[in-house]
Amino acid sequence: MRLRRIFIALLAPVSALVLAVAISSVAVLLIHRSPFFAFKTMAQFGIRTDSLIFTVNEAIPLFISGLAVAIGFKMNLFNIGVEGQYTLAALVAAYVGAVTPVPGPVRIALILIVAMLIGAGWSGAAAVLKVTRGVHEVISTIMLNFIAFGISAYLLRVYLKQPNLPGDFVVKTKLIPQSGQIPSLNPLLRGLGIHPPPGSQLYGFLPLALVIGILYYLLVNRTRFGYDLRATGVNPGAASASGVDAKAMIIKTMLISGAIAGLVGMPDLFGLYHRYTIDFVSGLGFSGIAVALVGRNNPFGIAFAALLFGFLDRSAQILDLYNIPKEITIIMRGVIILSVVIAYELVRRFVQAQEVRAAAERTAKLAEEAALEPA
Amino acid sequence: MSDAVAAVELDGITKRFPGVVANDAVKLRVMPGEVHAVIGENGAGKSTLMKILYGMQRPDEGTIRVGGKEVHFRSPKDAIAAGIGMVHQHFMLADNLTVLENVVLGSEPTKGIVIDVAKAEGRIKELSGTYGLPLDPDRLVEDLAVGERQRVEIIKVLFRGARILILDEPTAVLVPHEVDDLFNHLRALKEEGVTILFISHKLEEVLALADTITVMRGGRTVATVKPEGVTRGQLAELMVGSELPRPETRESTVTKDVILSVEDVTVKSFDGRVLVEGVTFSVHRGEVVGIAGVQGNGQGELIEAIMGLLPLDRGRVRLGEQEISAWGTRERREAGIGYVPEDRTEQGLLLPSPVWENVMLGHQTSRPFSHGPWVDAAGARQRAEEVVKEFGVRTPGVDVAVYALSGGNQQKLIVGREMIAGPKVLIAAQPTRGIDVGAQAAVWDQIRRARIEGLGVVLISADLEELIGLSDSLWVIFRGRLVAKLDPQTVTPEELGVYMTGAKQEAAAG
Repeated sequence: MRLRRIFIALLAPVSALVLAVAISSVAVLLIHRSPFFAFKTMAQFGIRTDSLIFTVNEAIPLFISGLAVAIGFKMNLFNIGVEGQYTLAALVAAYVGAVTPVPGPVRIALILIVAMLIGAGWSGAAAVLKVTRGVHEVISTIMLNFIAFGISAYLLRVYLKQPNLPGDFVVKTKLIPQSGQIPSLNPLLRGLGIHPPPGSQLYGFLPLALVIGILYYLLVNRTRFGYDLRATGVNPGAASASGVDAKAMIIKTMLISGAIAGLVGMPDLFGLYHRYTIDFVSGLGFSGIAVALVGRNNPFGIAFAALLFGFLDRSAQILDLYNIPKEITIIMRGVIILSVVIAYELVRRFVQAQEVRAAAERTAKLAEEAALEPA
Repeated sequence: MSDAVAAVELDGITKRFPGVVANDAVKLRVMPGEVHAVIGENGAGKSTLMKILYGMQRPDEGTIRVGGKEVHFRSPKDAIAAGIGMVHQHFMLADNLTVLENVVLGSEPTKGIVIDVAKAEGRIKELSGTYGLPLDPDRLVEDLAVGERQRVEIIKVLFRGARILILDEPTAVLVPHEVDDLFNHLRALKEEGVTILFISHKLEEVLALADTITVMRGGRTVATVKPEGVTRGQLAELMVGSELPRPETRESTVTKDVILSVEDVTVKSFDGRVLVEGVTFSVHRGEVVGIAGVQGNGQGELIEAIMGLLPLDRGRVRLGEQEISAWGTRERREAGIGYVPEDRTEQGLLLPSPVWENVMLGHQTSRPFSHGPWVDAAGARQRAEEVVKEFGVRTPGVDVAVYALSGGNQQKLIVGREMIAGPKVLIAAQPTRGIDVGAQAAVWDQIRRARIEGLGVVLISADLEELIGLSDSLWVIFRGRLVAKLDPQTVTPEELGVYMTGAKQEAAAG
């Protein structure tokens, strides 16, 4: 029974992956290259130590972004605004963290708290619009993205930038002092006998991301709030009849989603940039939607999806060397997303039909036994 | 007669669903021009049989003959082509279209690329004249009464050339005088040679209308009889295999303490229409207050307002001495108001979630389901086991998803979880809808027992006998207002029906 359950759980993602490989192979064949060669090269390059570190580094923010989106998905609330929320949050947090004179650990905490507050504030605007004016959150969060991009560009240029040295044209905030940076986990890797090549640094944010994942799991699966959240997602009518205040749920969930979204830029801020610059990493919020979708809103699934996307991104870099367009992995990503959605729906129907049959059979058996028993 | 060619003949029809045999070697022989009733309890397999005859489902075994010729229907289209039409229990009409538009929808007579309105109107007038079905083709369906809508459905089927008419529980949505109208129309159709197959579980109607009666039980046809030869009691016994239980409550347990009072409650829709107007009544400890009404007269909104799901436009709700008008639904439930919603899939259950999560629904803030902010899964499972045991919910276990349970067991689960919490007041809408006779009796028993211990109940039901049998006081709601207070000891379902249509009102009401 247990084995069967694991089999069913793996059925959908594995078949989606197989389908994705097959379709991208066709794409490679169409440009007269060998798909076997392409995948072999990708795999060989992808499992190099520095590639794996890169993959994990890229997966960390995708994981957080996926969680931010997923908590909303759990109650059919679509926060498409993670992109804007983390952009604005990273800018303000980086600035506050750089200019506030506090000791090291406090500085890190301050940066994280400011990022969460800004993220929650920005998503909160969409929640308020939905609850008071009935504006659909998909519309408002998308539009708030553009407002966030505009505001952060304006704030950076006019108020928060550091005066440039002669010859430096990159607009950026002040550098966060050394004490306010999170050191990389390379010493730990070396302790484990893994020796990262020079220039390759495993982000120190990893443990924090794991903590966020665990908190997400506990919140959704073990608390009353999580129960109300899931109930609302499954059947909003039944949830209200059970006493769940729909409006309060929207506000709370949107605030939590935004607070997590605020942290999306943090792994790169602490691990790489140490400041907000005009070329700060972008696109993590939109990728988070795909990650949440592929990961089925489950923290383990989201972690898997984030790693997969990170791996595809990294391993594709090698293809350019062999004149195979690396955009092939973008096709793969798209196919994975689509086939995951389809595969899960098929598996869900299959499992549901099985469960109905099993329950009916066992109930009939129970009834027979009850009838046989002397009254 | 046995050598005459039957209009419809079903032989050895078997249809299996996962874990259930819905139809088991069913035989049915309908002669041309007769009214043939198929009766049986909920779940006896009547609807499945009719769906097979109408091409909506395919039988696993057996043959269908129409006018002596064997047919294989793959969809309702094939059935219509063979002259079989079906009037569903839930009407399939577009409210914002006219009668004419609804009738021709899907089989429009055309003149080039435009609809030939004149021709369509001619046909409809001809049909309604021939069969004595009065209808104005230009009225909007949304303005029609339920009985008139049903007429539209019938004309729609005749318009497509049906000579064999299947009516699925046609009287379920009608009030008594509309039922009389329907029966007159059906008799007129029969005069014109139309064969009518109608499904029901109401014995009086069947005896009054049918030429032949086929009784189904547990997926089989157990008897085919003539109405002259049987009594109501005999039919009932054929249907259930034993005596029918009655919902009567024995002696009064009504006390003097008011537990719930509703004062001058008015509810408006979001666009300002008045749904409930100035409703005032009170429930004492140990009292069942029944509210009778044709569906859509504000009873649904009234109970939602009592539960705090709809805002009050005016008025007050009190629980004991405490005014609760401004409370949220959660506070009301925590204060001891239990709720059995009208539609279990819309408001009552989380279908893909396990049984134990459904048992905690509505009680998730209290022990044993939670502990501060944490869900107590062990406590909830244990309580779920108790509900399953005490209320006879047939399930393989508490971790099974609720969609795997039958409708009756789902309903027992809802009633069970509310009753086990020991509420002060129970707001119950259609508490026995769709459950079998045995389970129905169990639910009635539970309500009676809790009532002796001081439970106050507000009961809404489409089953007039249930209302009359269980209630200590009985109100009639019509267009959002309480129009009469009747004595359940003396009132008959027919009298109640007259009040429900608004034909009669009582000055003393309110």
